[in-house]
Amino acid sequence: MTRASAITIDGRRIANRIVGSEFFVLCLCGVAFTVFAPFTPGFASPENLGNILVGCLPLLLLATGQTLVLITGGIDLSVTASVGLSSVVGALVMGGDAGWLRGSPAAMPVAIVAMLATGAFVGFFNGACIAWLRMPAFMVTLTTTMFFSGFAIWLAKQVVNAESIYNLPAAFLALGHRAWLAALLAVLATVFAHLLLARTLLGRWLYAVGHNPRTSFISGVPVAGVTVGAYVLSGMFAAMASILLTARLETGSPNHGKALLLDVIGAAVIGGTSLFGGKGKVLWTVYGVLFLSLLGNGLNLLNLSDFLITIIKGGVILVAALLDVWRTKLVRGS
Amino acid sequence: MTTPSASNEQRAINDEPIVSFAAIERSFFGVKVLKGVSFEVGAGRVVGLVGENGAGKSTLMNLLGGVLQPDAGQLRANGRPYAPKNPNDARAVGIAFVHQELNLFPNLSIAENLFLTDFPLIGGGAPWIDRSALLARATALLHQVGLVHGPETLVERLPPGERQLVEIAKALGADARVIILDEPTTSLSSRECERLFALMRQLRERGIAMIYISHALGDVLRICDDLVVLRDGERVGGGEAKEFTHDRLVSLMVGRQLNQLYPERRASRQVGSDQAAKQAPEKSAAPRLAVRSLSQPGIVRDISFDLAAGEVLGISGLLGAGRSELARILFGLDPCVSGEVRLEGRRLDGGPRRRIERGLAFLTEDRRQEGLCMEASIADNIALVTLSAHGRTPARWLDFTGIKSAVSRMREAVRLSPKATDAQAVRTLSGGNQQKVVLGKWLLAEPKVLILDEPTRGIDVGAKFEIYQLIHQLADRGAGVLVISSEIEELIGICDRILVMRQGEITGEFRCDEFDREKILGAALHSSRA
Repeated sequence: MTRASAITIDGRRIANRIVGSEFFVLCLCGVAFTVFAPFTPGFASPENLGNILVGCLPLLLLATGQTLVLITGGIDLSVTASVGLSSVVGALVMGGDAGWLRGSPAAMPVAIVAMLATGAFVGFFNGACIAWLRMPAFMVTLTTTMFFSGFAIWLAKQVVNAESIYNLPAAFLALGHRAWLAALLAVLATVFAHLLLARTLLGRWLYAVGHNPRTSFISGVPVAGVTVGAYVLSGMFAAMASILLTARLETGSPNHGKALLLDVIGAAVIGGTSLFGGKGKVLWTVYGVLFLSLLGNGLNLLNLSDFLITIIKGGVILVAALLDVWRTKLVRGS
Repeated sequence: MTTPSASNEQRAINDEPIVSFAAIERSFFGVKVLKGVSFEVGAGRVVGLVGENGAGKSTLMNLLGGVLQPDAGQLRANGRPYAPKNPNDARAVGIAFVHQELNLFPNLSIAENLFLTDFPLIGGGAPWIDRSALLARATALLHQVGLVHGPETLVERLPPGERQLVEIAKALGADARVIILDEPTTSLSSRECERLFALMRQLRERGIAMIYISHALGDVLRICDDLVVLRDGERVGGGEAKEFTHDRLVSLMVGRQLNQLYPERRASRQVGSDQAAKQAPEKSAAPRLAVRSLSQPGIVRDISFDLAAGEVLGISGLLGAGRSELARILFGLDPCVSGEVRLEGRRLDGGPRRRIERGLAFLTEDRRQEGLCMEASIADNIALVTLSAHGRTPARWLDFTGIKSAVSRMREAVRLSPKATDAQAVRTLSGGNQQKVVLGKWLLAEPKVLILDEPTRGIDVGAKFEIYQLIHQLADRGAGVLVISSEIEELIGICDRILVMRQGEITGEFRCDEFDREKILGAALHSSRA
């Protein structure tokens, strides 16, 4: 009796060790890979793995930006709206048919700056409502999603009388064709976010605000500024994701990235970033993105229908949220 | 250890008390807060329970309410042994609480609040609320307490005094035989108080017993039949209220000698502030902190004082006297409409960030919500205030070795438990060690003025002593220290000078050669609607 219970306790301790580990999600990636590889034709091929890596870059950027916001205890649902609006704005600057700077050599750099500025603006708007007007982040970003998504469509229709804008300059499209270029951009941005969080004053402040905004304010942390900063960064990361998507799909469209929202938050949460703030790492989010991408790709290659894939993904994210609760309890218990 | 007087015992035999406490003991973390308290409450009697903050009144009432259980001794209710495990047990024997912070739901109607746990249902068992029965019963109860509002009025529309009456109606609705009123008058106007007292007299006629807890001794003497005085968890006096006077109550509440709970001041206390002024006379004649005519309607009125370099200044007063509110205004957390604050002669303004840069520091009353990031590590908490000093431009790249050495230096200085690691979450520490972390984070900023609001609340005696030493060390280095505390003894033990606040005003000032517990308590209590 005692013996049996000792064994169960030991087993539970090992399970706890694994679940509580930082590399738990990386281990899950390994599990997903070994499960899919034998049954899924073409899954383990170098081309497919390359596809997964390149394909997950926009998600990586979005989830990284989201991580910054989640760490402050907020949430940014408007990232997909930022992607769509940035895409339209960029295409309207450099697009071949009606673009403001079409044909000009300055078109691409100006467009990229305009896209980043658009993302930053959406983020600033969110941050201002949340930090200064003290509105709840969920409400603000939900409604700005509606507003800016609609605005993006309206803008596109107004200018080119269609939702999609084609004929983007070749220099810009190179970002989509040359995988290494896109990868370089995404990796640099992710490393930047990692260093920001781990090594700088703003990074420490983001965590402090997420842990306890009252204490942080009384301790001299500029809480409002830090909060706005987090949303601006999230918006700019969304704009970068928009650059990659627009280039890869060779179209400026308000609909880019629309399906990604669940994956964005799911990837961050699966990685271990807490929805309650104060806890999270860029590296964890990288693992989360990798895992979701492996899962999505594997299910796709199994020729499962779209809705089945969504069902499974939703289930996995739910389990991840459950594990997060479990992990938090573990840490508290120890 | 005092036993009830002989006359009390006789009465107990004649008419059975509704509630009785016999030799009740209770400890928290090895500290005895109740040391054998005995008293009883007879039917139709109003028993006043008085004592300083921390004397054990709330603990006693929590035992009665089933929130806590006694370590020793016996409770009896309605003549039978009574050992409540939870508040429902208390309700079952007819014990009801009317709390200082009212426990009503402002967004619900009076009737809904009255019957929240016991809605009358259609046919007795169906899941539908019998609205007409609800309204009829609520109206009857409101009539009993003399409220003219309809039962469907939302509670948020009632003034505090009427909410109090709703609380009492709720107790009546639950067939309470004993009603405990904990500081019921703090938020009431004097007219509302009269109304409450009139109702209490009516209830007394009906045989309902009441336990009345209040710092307003004038009220206590007027309304109560019997009194019980607690000091440091002991019953130090009691009997019929008419045998007591205001002065006798105060001296009973106070009367204890100072002992070795407080460290000796290195700089002689007799010369306290003068000494410090001598240390740096040429530097500046301006005091560390000068407060002039600070006013905020309903919060503080016309507050002026100076805090000298090297001085430890205490602020005494009852809960709600405006002490914490004053500290929050000084730190820029709350607004004030007039007056000004100068630090070393220069006007202080802006929010906490600006004031911290000027050399102000504020240890708040609420350690968990405002002092610490509970889930963050010890190191992160200690470094929080001074982080920007370690940021290197342009990217504010942090110097982690510098932070680490600063943190370990401060851990030594505040004598944080060496068992805890830097990466350990603050939540896992004891109260005393948590407070040392908060103090450490402010001391790292080398403040010129440190404000401490209840710095030793809820921490053990040893840690208290160490915190007093840290306060003295900081003052000896030339900082001005402002200490807010509800424990007069603590202020007498560590301060050079004490200000007393009552109802948002400074009503007394005592230099250390004039320290006198009764006078200080008198200034805090004085003329409270008496």
